[in-house]
Amino acid sequence: MAELQFREALKHAIDEEMDRDERVFIMGEEVAEYNGAYKVTEGLLDKYGFKRVIDTPISELGFAGLGVGAAMRGLRPIVEFMTFNFAVLAADQIINHATKVKYMTGGQIDCPIVFRGPNASAGQLGATHSVSYDSMYAHFPGLKVIYPSEPGDAKGLLKSAIRDDNPVIFMESEQMYGMKGEVSDAEDFIIPIGKGKIKREGSDVTVVAHGKMYHVAVQAANQLAKDGIECEIIDPRTVKPLDLPLIIESIKKTNRCVLVDEAHPFGGLAAEIGFLIQREAFDYLDAPVQRVCLPDVNAPFSKKLFDAWFPSPKQVIDAVNQVTYRT
Amino acid sequence: MAKKKKEEIRFAPTGIGDVNEGAVQKGVDLPDATDKTHKDLGLSEEQLLAMFEQMYLQRRFEERSMQQYQKGKFGGFLHLYIGQEAISTGTTFALDDEDDIITAYRDHGWGLCRGISAKAGMAELFGKATGSSRGKGGSMHFANAEKKFWGGYGIVGGHIPINAGFAFANKYNANGNISACFFGDGAVDQGALHETLNLAQLWKLPAIFVVENNGYSMGTAAARHTVAEIVDRAKGYNMKSAVINGMDLFSVYEKMKEIADDVRENSEPWFVEIRTYRYRGHSMSDPQKYRTKEELEEYQKIDPIQRLKTYLLENELAKEDQLKEIEDKVEQEVLDAVEFADESPFPEEKELYEDMFVEDDPYFHV
Ligand SMILES: Cc1ncc(C[n+]2csc(CCOP(=O)(O)OP(=O)(O)O)c2C)c(N)n1
Ligand SMILES: [Mg+2]
Repeated sequence: MAELQFREALKHAIDEEMDRDERVFIMGEEVAEYNGAYKVTEGLLDKYGFKRVIDTPISELGFAGLGVGAAMRGLRPIVEFMTFNFAVLAADQIINHATKVKYMTGGQIDCPIVFRGPNASAGQLGATHSVSYDSMYAHFPGLKVIYPSEPGDAKGLLKSAIRDDNPVIFMESEQMYGMKGEVSDAEDFIIPIGKGKIKREGSDVTVVAHGKMYHVAVQAANQLAKDGIECEIIDPRTVKPLDLPLIIESIKKTNRCVLVDEAHPFGGLAAEIGFLIQREAFDYLDAPVQRVCLPDVNAPFSKKLFDAWFPSPKQVIDAVNQVTYRT
Repeated sequence: MAKKKKEEIRFAPTGIGDVNEGAVQKGVDLPDATDKTHKDLGLSEEQLLAMFEQMYLQRRFEERSMQQYQKGKFGGFLHLYIGQEAISTGTTFALDDEDDIITAYRDHGWGLCRGISAKAGMAELFGKATGSSRGKGGSMHFANAEKKFWGGYGIVGGHIPINAGFAFANKYNANGNISACFFGDGAVDQGALHETLNLAQLWKLPAIFVVENNGYSMGTAAARHTVAEIVDRAKGYNMKSAVINGMDLFSVYEKMKEIADDVRENSEPWFVEIRTYRYRGHSMSDPQKYRTKEELEEYQKIDPIQRLKTYLLENELAKEDQLKEIEDKVEQEVLDAVEFADESPFPEEKELYEDMFVEDDPYFHV
């Protein structure tokens, strides 16, 4: 095991896969000479040169589509977005092209591409820079969507994503890049896409949280433990395919569930998991499932409003108290 | 990591990244400044002093805001306009007050030019309820709709089509107004620009599209992110175009006035490249390895504010102490603004739910 920052874990994954497969290359804004806006690609230009580590203009639609074309012709692009908030401009290429080309051509053409970058809010950056897009992409058939919470998961899953023969959305967070965690140094450490993980065992309530929200859930669970409430935290790691059996198994044990999701409530991952739980575990529930999400409101700039907007451990604790009838 | 492998094939043009062949790329080449005097341009002495005050206000406002940021008084991004003030100032004096202006996230100078007070601006940076956007927008989203400054926008290129919409509305209403849109050299690479230029020319919209080419898009020199001369994009759309020296207030004023008159008279769009330089980093965390100190100093030597000051003194249009008085007044204005921002209240929590819809009591999904 090695203790690595999130950004280092990602870099190691990219490095190992580039080393292993000549067809893998990475492009995006400031990824090469600037060494990455968030230093995820630091040193890769020096190692792999200008052919495989490529700075792009601010042309998200163009370079995402170029990536799709290169993937259709047998290369394996990693397309970095400075954030998924800017990938909105490339949505046509991701949604209308990458996800559909194989199907439309009756299976003739594969599109092995990874679109990656930070997702959701990074603090007080205002309304256009703070949206969580994982649920939105998961809505579309033909995409796998990964949003890990810890460096170890990030490395193992990014390697899987790069090796996957389908388009994969891989999400990170500006606020987690500096976060440290244990990363396996087993040779060729891989985590399969679609496998969640029980990250904290507990018998009182199941808390499902991924990405940045996992850490909010952990804070809440630590607080609740002092009160004698033990949360079982499940990190799905992959949004789609979703590891539903893991969640259902846990609920069969705890009979209660709180979902924590850094998306707006309408049609988000929490909504989807909530539906699935009632379908698969209706008879096991002792309380209605609750969720902690962003409000149905754009991100404000002001610190005071931002703090009210962003999901907090306090809200998770309140939700747990609600499903355990402690309020 | 292992040593670099020799690669033959290349895509992106090289800058500093190649230790052997690479070099720092020069930002921009400035065209000649105009040699017209203020009289030739029809500018009065009062106007010159007002322009000086306006430029100095933008400069000091941003220098103080940077200090406050470093003190931890507010968070988020802070993109400073320092060095580019002649563009906002020359343009707002050249346009009519009724004309529309829209810009990108480097927007403080534009806001101050279009009626946002130093107090309301600083309070916005601090995220206070007294801010120009009531603390909802922050640095990137200054706006003053009353004075037809339609805001700063954070998605590169996103506001360019919107300017065509302003021009469309002005033509539709036959009100004689025009609209001007400002964006960086980086935005030239976005598809939105090209779709908009075609639309604007096709529909004969009274709009001006202005690239503030400051030589860099974040850490990427213009020559590394875009091909050919930016201004030549206009040719493909049969659009009228110009290149302007953005370090010189008179040059900006002269040309923007001519262009505005032409747009107003003929209802046809223009594509304009104003070459300039930003003195500070892209935002607050930028090590600036992509340029040299010498290059920066070269531009600071032709600073637009200093240049106007020299002009005023050499031509005996103002005395040293008169300018000093203006500077002191501005300094006080900015200090008052900092105090005002610091002491202003944050918005109340219920304001989180305000400004989403026009209704007083709208639906929110929970
Ligand atoms: C669509 C989109 N992509 C990327 C970004 C991140 N970004 C913000 S500013 C910037 C550089 C823009 O440079 P330029 O247009 O030259 O304007 P300047 O900062 O020099 O004023 C980048 C890449 C963004 N805000 N929006
Ligand atoms: Mg620029």
